Amino acid sequence: MFKNKGIAFKLVVFFTLSSAAIFAVIFSYNYLVSRRMIKKGIEENSANLITTTTSRIEVLLTSTQKVPQNVAYLLENMNYDESELFKVLYAIVERNPEIYGAAVAFEPYAFDKTKKYYAPYFYKVNGGVSFKYLDKFYDYFTWDWYQIPRELETPQWTEPYFGEGGGILMSSYAVPFYKNVDGQRKLTGVVVVDISLEHLRDIVSSIRILQSGYGFLISKNGTFVTHPLKDYIMNETIFSVAEERNDPSLRETGRKMIKGQSGFSSHSVKSAVTRKSCIMTYVPIKSNGWSLGILFPYDELMSDIKNLNHVVLALGITGLALLALAVVFIARSITKPLTVMADIAGRIGTGDLDAEVPEVRTRDEVGQLALALDRMKKSLKDYIQEIADTAASRQRMESELKIARSIQMGILPKVFPPFPDRTDFDIYAQTIPAREVGGDFYDLFLVDRNHLCFVIGDASGKGIPAALFMAFTKTLIKAKASADIDTGALMMEVNDELSRGNPADMFITVFCAILNTETGELRYTNGGHNPPVIMRRTGEMDYLDCSGDLVVGIMEGSPYTSRRIFLEAGDRVFLYTDGVTEAMNASDEEFSTGRLLEVLSGCDGRSALEIVACVGDAVNTFCQETPQYDDITMMAVVYNGSR
Amino acid sequence: MGAVPDVEIDGERLKAKGIGGLGDLCFKVLLVFFVIFSGVVVCTGGDLKSISFIPQWSPQAQFAGYYVAYEQGIYKKHGLDVRIIQGGSHKPSSEAIEKGDADVASIWLSTAIQKRSHGVKLVNVGQIVQHSSLMLIAKRSRGIKKPEDLNGKKVGLWGAEFRIQPEAFFRKHRISVTVVPQSYSVNLFLRDGVDAASAMWYNEYHTILNAGVNADELTTFFYSDYGLNFPEDGLYVMEETLKKDPEAVCSFVQASLEGWKYAFDHPDDALNIILKYMVAANVPANKVHQKWMLGRMKDIVYPSDNRGVPPGALGKEDYDRVSRELKEAGLIKDVPDMNGFILRCAGNVQK
Repeated sequence: MFKNKGIAFKLVVFFTLSSAAIFAVIFSYNYLVSRRMIKKGIEENSANLITTTTSRIEVLLTSTQKVPQNVAYLLENMNYDESELFKVLYAIVERNPEIYGAAVAFEPYAFDKTKKYYAPYFYKVNGGVSFKYLDKFYDYFTWDWYQIPRELETPQWTEPYFGEGGGILMSSYAVPFYKNVDGQRKLTGVVVVDISLEHLRDIVSSIRILQSGYGFLISKNGTFVTHPLKDYIMNETIFSVAEERNDPSLRETGRKMIKGQSGFSSHSVKSAVTRKSCIMTYVPIKSNGWSLGILFPYDELMSDIKNLNHVVLALGITGLALLALAVVFIARSITKPLTVMADIAGRIGTGDLDAEVPEVRTRDEVGQLALALDRMKKSLKDYIQEIADTAASRQRMESELKIARSIQMGILPKVFPPFPDRTDFDIYAQTIPAREVGGDFYDLFLVDRNHLCFVIGDASGKGIPAALFMAFTKTLIKAKASADIDTGALMMEVNDELSRGNPADMFITVFCAILNTETGELRYTNGGHNPPVIMRRTGEMDYLDCSGDLVVGIMEGSPYTSRRIFLEAGDRVFLYTDGVTEAMNASDEEFSTGRLLEVLSGCDGRSALEIVACVGDAVNTFCQETPQYDDITMMAVVYNGSR
Repeated sequence: MGAVPDVEIDGERLKAKGIGGLGDLCFKVLLVFFVIFSGVVVCTGGDLKSISFIPQWSPQAQFAGYYVAYEQGIYKKHGLDVRIIQGGSHKPSSEAIEKGDADVASIWLSTAIQKRSHGVKLVNVGQIVQHSSLMLIAKRSRGIKKPEDLNGKKVGLWGAEFRIQPEAFFRKHRISVTVVPQSYSVNLFLRDGVDAASAMWYNEYHTILNAGVNADELTTFFYSDYGLNFPEDGLYVMEETLKKDPEAVCSFVQASLEGWKYAFDHPDDALNIILKYMVAANVPANKVHQKWMLGRMKDIVYPSDNRGVPPGALGKEDYDRVSRELKEAGLIKDVPDMNGFILRCAGNVQK
C-alpha cells in the first residue's frame, strides 16, 4: 500500500510521525518529571499537615493516658479503701472533659474477698456524673478492655466502639496494675477510662485537601474510626474495602498502616467519596497504634499540570500540522520537476527523443538529474544516429562484397564441359564459396590445340583485396602461358610481376600445370599450394611431388621448379584447396589429407565431375551442420590419351 | 447463640457501658413488648397461619434463608404468616422457645440434645447446617502448624456448647492448653494476647482476614476435619407446638429450605435483604463480610460430602457422634432417643 504512494506522501508521513514520536517522548518525560515534582510537593506540604494533625491527636491521647497511669501507680503503691477509690474516679470523670467514664475493675476477690466482681464505674450523664458497679451480668473479665491488658500485661487502647445511644464514638485506655504477693507480681485489676473520639474526629475531618481530598483514621484492626462517609465508620475496615474493590495493593497498604509504618500507597487509591484516583499517604498514631491516612485527589493535584499539558499538547499538534504543511511544500518543489522528468524519461523510453527536458534553475540533486537526463537524451540521440550511419555503411559494404563475389565467381570458367569436342581428356572444377569473399580460384584453358593449362590457387586473406589479387594472378598466368613455356619460368614471371606491385604483402598459393594431350606429358610447378593427387589407372595413388617452392607474390626473384611426369590414358589428377583438407566437423577435427586419399580411392574410375562430386559429398558428410569457413575448390582432370 | 459476630460486640459494649441506663431500659421495654405480643400459633384472618421464629443471633447471612423466605413471600406461599423475632445475646433462642416466646427456633444440635436430655421437650424438625464451622485459628508466626503445637499455649475458647468440640479435640491429641475465656471479639487474638482463638468459619475467620491478617499467615483447625463434625444450626419446636399444628411447622421447615435455596441461587438479592435487616436492627453491616458468610453457609448447608443426608435432614451418624461426645464430656447422662427427638416432614426440598 505504502509502496505505491508518492514521495510527498511518504515524506509527510515520515516526518510527521517521527516528529510526533519525538514530541511524545518529550511530552511524557515532561509529564513524568512534573508528576514527580508534584509528588515531592505533596510530601513537603503534607509533612506539615501530618505533623500538626498527628501531634494534636497524640496530645489528646497521651494526656488521657496519664490519668489511668497515675491511678494505677497510686493503687500499686498506696493503701486505699472504697471511698478513696470513689473520690479518685469521680474526680477523674468530673475534671477531664474528654473523659467520659472511668472504672477500676478488680480481679476476682482481689478487692473484697467475698466479691468475684468488683468494679466501680463513674460516667458522665446529662452533664452530671453517675455511678454503678459493673456486675456479673456484664461479666467484665471477658471484655477486651479488661482481657487484653490483662493478657498482654501492658496498658492498651481498645478498638473504638459506639458509646451510649450509639452516636458517640469512643475508645478506652486500660492500664493493668499489680501487687507483690510473696515476691510475685500479681495482677490486681485494671484501671480504665473511656474517652470520646469526637474531638479526634473533628481534628481528622478538618483535613481538607484541595476540593475533595480528605483524611481518615483507622484502628489497629483497620476499622475506620473517622471517614467522610459515615457508613464506613465502624462498619468497614480498610481490608473489607480492599476486598470489595478487589484491590490487593490497598490491602497491602492497609497492612503497612496497621503495622505502624508510614509512606505513600504504592498504587493510586480510589476516593470513597468521589471515586477519583488519589495518592494516599499514611502515618502511624504512635500512642494507640492507629494510622492516619490522607488522600490527595490526583486530578486536582494535577490540574495545573493538566492545563499546562493541554497547552503543550495543543502547541505540539499545531506545530506538527505546520511541519506537515512545510514538508508538503518542500516535497512538492522536489517532486514537481521529478514528475515532469519521469514523464520525459518515459517518453524517451518509448523513443521520443525530441521531448524537451524542463530547465531546472537549482543546482541541487534535482537540477543535476535534469542536466543528466538532458545529456542522456542527447547522447542517445547521437548514438542512435551513429548506429544508423554504421548500419548504412555496413549495408553498402555488404552489397560491395556481394558485387565482389559475383565478379570473382564471374571470372572463373563455369561452363562444363569446357571443350565438348575433346575426348582425349575430361576436366571439371567447382568452387563452393564461404560466406565472405574468399581467395580461391581456378582456371583452365587450351594454350594451343595440344596443350591444356589448368591452374588452382588460394590468395591470402579474404574479401575484395583477395579477390582482386586472385583475379590479377589469373589474368597474369593466362597472359604468360604458352605451349612451350616452362611452368617454373611462367611462375617466376608471375611472381615477379605480383611481388613488384604488392605493397600490402599479400600472397597467393598457385599450382600451375600444362598437359600435353598428345604425349601425356604433364609439366607443373607448385607455388606453395597443397599438392594435388595423382591417381593412376592402375589404382596407384599419390600426392604429386612438388615440395620446396615459395608462395607466389611475396618475394621478387624467387626460383620455381618445373617438374614433369607422364600420364597414361586413364590416369587422373585431383586438385584442391585447403578448404577441403581443413574442413572442420563439430568436434573440431580436420578432414585431412589422409581422409582425402581414402575418399579418392573410393572414387576411382569415374569421370572428372563424378570425382569432384564424390569428394564434395564426403566433405559435406564429414562436416554435417558445421558452417563452412573457407572456400572449397576442387578440380579433377582425367587423361584419356590421344587416339 | 451460633455465630458470635464481631459486629455485635459494639452493640454489646454500648449496652455494657450503660447497664442500668437508657439502653438497658429500652431493651427491657422491648422484651416486655415481645413477651406480650408474641403469640403461639395464633390463627389470623384468611388462610394464613401465624407462626413465630427466632434465630440465634441478630440478623446476618447466617439466617439468610429465613429472611429471604419472608421477603420473597415463600412463607405466605406456604400459608404462613411468619414473624421473625430478632435474636441476640440478650435473648438465647433456646430460652425463648422454652418460655414460649417463639414457636420455632434455630438452635445448635449440641445445645438441643443437652436440653432434651435435661427434659426440655425440643424436637428437631430440620437440620439446616450439616457441617460444623467451628474452628481454631492460630498464627503461624507463633510456631503453630499442627494440633500438637498447641500444647501449653494460650487458647481462647467461647463458653458452653462451644467448648465441647475443642475439649474433645485436645483430649484426642493429648494436648493441654491454657484456656482463656474468649469474648465476642477476636481482638485479643489479633493483639497476640492468645496463641489461638475460636472462630466460626463463616464469621470470625473472615473478620480476622479483614483485620489485615493474610490467610497464609494463619493455621486453621476445623474440628470437622478431626472426627468432630457437629452439625450446627437446626430448626426446633416444642413437642406441644408440634402436636397442635404439625402442618404449620412442616410448612415452615419446607418454606425455610426453599428460602435457603433461593438465597444461594440469588446471592445478590439475599445480601440486599440481609443488609436491610441488619441496618433496621442497627447492627453494623458490612457487605463483603455478609457475602463471605452467605458463601460459607452454602458450603455447610449443602456440603459437598453430604454422605447421603438430604438438606434439612439429620443423619443418624451425626446424631450419634454429637451425643457420644456430649456424654463423654459429662454434659448429658443419657442419650435421648433419636426417634422422639426428630420429626421429619415429608417431601423435603432437594438441592
